[in-house]
Amino acid sequence: MEFFLSRYRNLTVLLIAIAAQLLLIAYQIKSNRDVPMLRVWAVSAVTPAEQALNFVRRYTWGFVEDYFVLLGVRNDNEKLKQQNGQLKLENHYLKTELSTADRVRALSAFQANTPSKMIAARVTGNGTAANSKEVFIDRGSASGIESGMAVVTPDGIVGKVVFAYPMAALVMLVTDGNFAAGVISQKNRVRGTLKGLGHSDCQVDYVQNEEKVDPGEWFFTSGDDRIFPKGFPVGQATVVRSGKTFKEIYVSPVGLQGGLEEVLVVLQGVHQQIPEGEVSTQNYKILPPPPDSGTEAPQGTGQPGVLATDADRLRDQYKQAGDAQHHTFGEGTPGSTPPDFTKIPGVHAGALPPKPPASVAAKPGASQPTTTAPTESKPGAAGAAAPAGSVANGAPATKKPPVARTQPEPAVPIPPAKPRPRTPILVTDPTDADPGGEALPPPKSEKPGVKPPPRPPGQ
Amino acid sequence: MSEFTERLLVGPRRKGSTDRVRLIWLLVIPLIAILFQVYVPRFVQFLTYLELPLLVTVHFALSGRGPIASVFYGMFIGLVQDSLSHQPIGMFGIVKTLVGYFAASVSMRFDVENPIVTFILSFFFYFFHQFFYWVLARALLGQAMLFDAPQTLLFGLLNAAVALPLFRILDKLRVAA
Repeated sequence: MEFFLSRYRNLTVLLIAIAAQLLLIAYQIKSNRDVPMLRVWAVSAVTPAEQALNFVRRYTWGFVEDYFVLLGVRNDNEKLKQQNGQLKLENHYLKTELSTADRVRALSAFQANTPSKMIAARVTGNGTAANSKEVFIDRGSASGIESGMAVVTPDGIVGKVVFAYPMAALVMLVTDGNFAAGVISQKNRVRGTLKGLGHSDCQVDYVQNEEKVDPGEWFFTSGDDRIFPKGFPVGQATVVRSGKTFKEIYVSPVGLQGGLEEVLVVLQGVHQQIPEGEVSTQNYKILPPPPDSGTEAPQGTGQPGVLATDADRLRDQYKQAGDAQHHTFGEGTPGSTPPDFTKIPGVHAGALPPKPPASVAAKPGASQPTTTAPTESKPGAAGAAAPAGSVANGAPATKKPPVARTQPEPAVPIPPAKPRPRTPILVTDPTDADPGGEALPPPKSEKPGVKPPPRPPGQ
Repeated sequence: MSEFTERLLVGPRRKGSTDRVRLIWLLVIPLIAILFQVYVPRFVQFLTYLELPLLVTVHFALSGRGPIASVFYGMFIGLVQDSLSHQPIGMFGIVKTLVGYFAASVSMRFDVENPIVTFILSFFFYFFHQFFYWVLARALLGQAMLFDAPQTLLFGLLNAAVALPLFRILDKLRVAA
């Protein structure tokens, strides 16, 4: 036995080891029981190392992994930014194309609904002259365009052709300092001359101070200049005030609002009627008037607004005098005593007591009116505001507000100013209306021997 | 017998035959191999074919430490491997015990420093390990396991290829007595 063990020691150890493990397996299978001790030892030996390895991995490879992930995120971010930029460009391009299509559609509709013969053109560039408001269009004499032709958009007039080249034309805009065109107001049919000022607004010149133009009133081409057919919108009056000689009326040209890219050149103009009612514009919205204001200028305030006229200020003074004497305009019966207009606050300072007794103010013959100018043009207000003679006759005062000026003591009645005749300013040539302006070539109809086109009735 | 064949058969043992590996390495290296077997395939799927505990056992046995030491070393690694599995304890133990014994026996006959011999022995013991485990599973446990011979041969080649550099690394970890 000893010989066998010594001679086959290795084999014996192997057999013992195999047999022991076989018995262990047999025990586990036979008893259906595990050997938890070995497993606990093995797991206890392996788990700390596994946790340490996991810790090392988390803070080494995890960092590296996160770094590469962040690298990927940064690359993705760059790609997304680039893609976003491309999409923005594409979006802008598509919006521009859509806007161009809308404008072209509007031009086509306007061209189809307008009796004048027009040709569409695209603005290609600006003029190079200093302080000039000129643009080049991509249509020229080859397309039938000649100097002096009107250039419009569906919104309003834009300018006129000053030079026609074979493939292009130079258009002077309405805002150019040398531009002039005949215009007429929509509501009161006041005629004037539209002149460019070199900036965004234009001025309607040669309108008498006595002419009535409301702020916000529309101006249309009058056709007097023989360039622009009658009836094209020009713009709305933004500022209306009295000037030294003529009214100062500033107009915001609607044809240039919202950019200028496509225009229509009027090849053969046909006069149209001035449209009634509100003019619809795409980019200009007029708010409705305040509830307590009428069509007239602001009244009842001691400090007239910017747009108030002398007549408004004078009426305000008379109204204050009536209020101080407890007189209500429009309620006086024929034969009643009018207010004492010799004591107007601000003009006759100190002459009027702060609160005169009503009996004094109502005493017949206590005072005489110092002016014969009526201050109210409304029929309802004529009985009280009209002079005594008029009141005695019972005739309503329908005269226009005079341009009366109050005089220092003694008060002298101011005769009513004669209203100037409503003579339209006929501008047959813009150079006539703008003496300082550059001489423009006359339109074709201005050639000697050529009769002007027939004017519509009422012009 | 040619000189080459003679050198293969009676050549010197592995350099570590006279070296003593520190005890810590005898414990750490199998632990690392088992950790690798347990942990790394979770993140690197294609490394599941590696049988590092087997290669460590073969390396230990080929180092010339004798069949008895190799038997216990293989049994130890196999039992730990069994403890971390759901199989009855002893399946891997028996297989690796046999591998350790046969590898230690072969190392006395062949020049295990030769890479070709190392490659062939590694391939052979991998195939033996997988086949004997399959036999034990069918015979002792009655499990109808499939034995995919081509895949086993392929994985044997891969493990043998890995064994060459791995044995070099393990040789450098030896500490001369």
